[in-house]
Amino acid sequence: MKYWRKPLDTDRVKPPHGEVHIVIDRCKGCGFCITYCPRQVLEVSTHFNRKGYHPPTVVHPEACVNCGLCETICPDFAIWSTPVEEPEKQQKVTSEK
Amino acid sequence: MSRLGTPFLDRNEHHPLEDYLRMDRIPHIWCPTCGLGTALNCMLHAIKKSGIPRQNIAVVSGIGCSGRAAGYVNLDSFHTTHGRAIPFATGLKLANPKLKVVLFSGDGDLIAIGGNHLIHAARRNIDLTVIGINNFNYAMTGGQFGPTTPEKARMTTAPYGSFEHPFNVPFLVDSCGATYVARWTALHVRHLTNSILEALHHKGFSFIEVISPCSTVYARRNRLGDGLDLLKYYHENSEIRNGINTRKCDITFQGRLIVGKFVDKEKPTYSDTMTKSLSEALGDRYVPYQGPMQGKNGD
Amino acid sequence: MKSNTPAVLTGAHYWDGDFACAEGAIAVGCRFFAGYPITPSTEVAERIALRFPLIGGVFVQMEDELGSMAAILGAAWAGTKSMTVTSGPGFSLMQENIGLGAMTETPCIVVNVQRGGPSTGLPTLTGQQDMMQARWGSHGDYEIIALSPSSPQECFDLTITCFNLSEKYRVPVLLMMDECVGHMTEKVVVPALGKIKVQHRRWYRGAKEKYRPYVPAKDGVPPMVKTGDDYRFHITGLTHDQRGYPVINPACQKQCVGRLVRKIKDNADKIIILKEEETEDADVIVVSYGISYRVATKAIADARKKGVKVGSLRLITVWPFPEKRIVELAKKTKCLVMPEINQGQVYLALERCAKGMCKTKLVPHYGGWVHDPNDILKAIIEGAR
Ligand SMILES: Cc1ncc(C[n+]2csc(CCOP(=O)(O)OP(=O)(O)O)c2C)c(N)n1
Ligand code: SF4
Ligand code: SF4
Ligand code: SF4
Ligand SMILES: [Mg+2]
Repeated sequence: MKYWRKPLDTDRVKPPHGEVHIVIDRCKGCGFCITYCPRQVLEVSTHFNRKGYHPPTVVHPEACVNCGLCETICPDFAIWSTPVEEPEKQQKVTSEK
Repeated sequence: MSRLGTPFLDRNEHHPLEDYLRMDRIPHIWCPTCGLGTALNCMLHAIKKSGIPRQNIAVVSGIGCSGRAAGYVNLDSFHTTHGRAIPFATGLKLANPKLKVVLFSGDGDLIAIGGNHLIHAARRNIDLTVIGINNFNYAMTGGQFGPTTPEKARMTTAPYGSFEHPFNVPFLVDSCGATYVARWTALHVRHLTNSILEALHHKGFSFIEVISPCSTVYARRNRLGDGLDLLKYYHENSEIRNGINTRKCDITFQGRLIVGKFVDKEKPTYSDTMTKSLSEALGDRYVPYQGPMQGKNGD
Repeated sequence: MKSNTPAVLTGAHYWDGDFACAEGAIAVGCRFFAGYPITPSTEVAERIALRFPLIGGVFVQMEDELGSMAAILGAAWAGTKSMTVTSGPGFSLMQENIGLGAMTETPCIVVNVQRGGPSTGLPTLTGQQDMMQARWGSHGDYEIIALSPSSPQECFDLTITCFNLSEKYRVPVLLMMDECVGHMTEKVVVPALGKIKVQHRRWYRGAKEKYRPYVPAKDGVPPMVKTGDDYRFHITGLTHDQRGYPVINPACQKQCVGRLVRKIKDNADKIIILKEEETEDADVIVVSYGISYRVATKAIADARKKGVKVGSLRLITVWPFPEKRIVELAKKTKCLVMPEINQGQVYLALERCAKGMCKTKLVPHYGGWVHDPNDILKAIIEGAR
């Protein structure tokens, strides 16, 4: 809780970061995730998956803010993100307990 | 190797909703760029977030592309007959009031063939959560016009353009007595998920209209591109107007889309009024329903 | 303290058939009713509406019969015994969901207090013209169970039997009453609670993870679970496999529909209830059901006075049809006579089973009233020649 009360350390507050997961062969290539990812993390892959669609590929992994939009908009349950904890932050959280 | 050529491979990972899906039935039958999967995705996210014990949730669908949703959820689920999802759900809910009964069905199913049940369930304020997928047509049968098809849209049975006046669905259910009414598109995934979540916790008849792209028949027949193009249309033409008078929510062909939460009010449900009125009339002679039979009584 | 009204009104009453039917349902444990008013069945709904709040039942008046039928299926899957009541026009509207009930193996009861048809026909007058609709009214191949009472007492007793058969075989069971029996007032004796035989739901007892909705027990009927117990089952009207998942191919169709048909056919001997009187060395046997049986008894008595050896076979269970017994009787009698308040419906089944081994005679009636016993008598005398 203490973190939220420190107003002047904006330089140290990092936006959440996420890791994207894609089940390539489940994707039907609709492009919803690619088009509406707010951080342009994804692009159309040149590869075909087993069904013959072009799945998305992660082009800016560092930009993902784990917003979950790709996860929710995907009609085929083929993509999602999981939070990546900053090592520094993680330590602090653990030490707080 | 180009970056674009190496998709992020992750075959062993588990989708956060896997426990809510019948994974042995995925991939589903819905077409590429269809919005039904997105709407189902939002529904399952909302169910997961709701904290309602999973065994207490039942999903009921009618018939149609939308109606196939019941078959994909890893919950007690019923794929009923065309138009009869609401009365089936009514029986299910009244015979086990502990259940949270969620409906997921199409515009044709809920509003055309099942229209009579819709208006009466809204009037009675039966505690049901209805997710009504409006893809502007009867998709499963190949794209005929239906009660929500905008005028001028071309469908197989309206080859020269539909000339019927479509329903303004939020206005319809609002005027019949629904106590929670919202409309979102398949693009508004966060709003939609939140609305479903609210509706799950709302006591009474909730109706969430989801404007959803049907790429294969509606979009194609009207030369509107695919589902992604329809999402772009939603993006450019939708206007969030929470609380707006539902009379103003008409939809015209490729016109402006008013979305938002329009109604959220308290009103005694069917069960509330039944219990109250019978208690008043019968006093201590009234014996409330005891719930379903228990397993142990059986043979 | 609660002044509870008992669910089972043990004792002797003067009730009409409609009331007796409602009381039978209550006595056997029906606690969910959905219906839409229609003459001459409305009194059943009225009685239920009056009684359910006193005994812990849910009565809901739906917007139509399509909804009523769907609602009782939903209630059955919630784990409650459920029923609806109607007459011809409403019965027509229910057919699609009776089929859903057959396909999904949902126990429930549909009572049809028959009136004259077709269409709006004779709302207040009797008929037996929905008997083939009872058998084949919904589309597709399926087997159904239909019983026909001849008295208010039987309206009570057979409603109980219908529920029991429905639970045992997991199929919608139809009680095919008619206006005469429905509106006839007679003595009805309600036994003590403990004396009423109740078939409980055949609950699944195995491990939760292993549950598959359509794995049958030895008699071909799968045990059931109810909604809300975390089995996470799926039910569909599509052709399905044992998991309940849709599988759209001829092999699955054969397996799925095959079992729906066999579970009734293979158990027909246990389902069929007949009442036979003096059929042993009869020259003529009158085969009848419902109100027509009562009229036939007069004709039979008159024929015996004239020296004709005439027996009676009453179909308490009309569907499945007692094929075996009809074949046996056709072999040893001269003529089977069948009075029906229609133009020959159950008669078609009779004729088919007699296969020309004996004469068969239909005594038809257009409905609105029962037969003149003399018409039946005439057929008996002709048959004996
Ligand atoms: C009684 C009946 N009439 C017609 C049909 C054929 N039918 C199947 S789905 C459907 C239309 C479905 O439209 P909608 O509910 O909008 O679902 P969508 O496919 O658009 O998602 C129709 C007419 C049917 N199955 N049952
Ligand atoms: S989680 Fe959000 S930011 Fe990350 S890839 Fe998905 S949509 Fe883009
Ligand atoms: S939203 Fe899903 S199906 Fe569509 S392109 Fe992205 S991963 Fe593929
Ligand atoms: S036909 Fe239309 S609604 Fe049906 S699955 Fe295909 S895109 Fe979706
Ligand atoms: Mg539709």
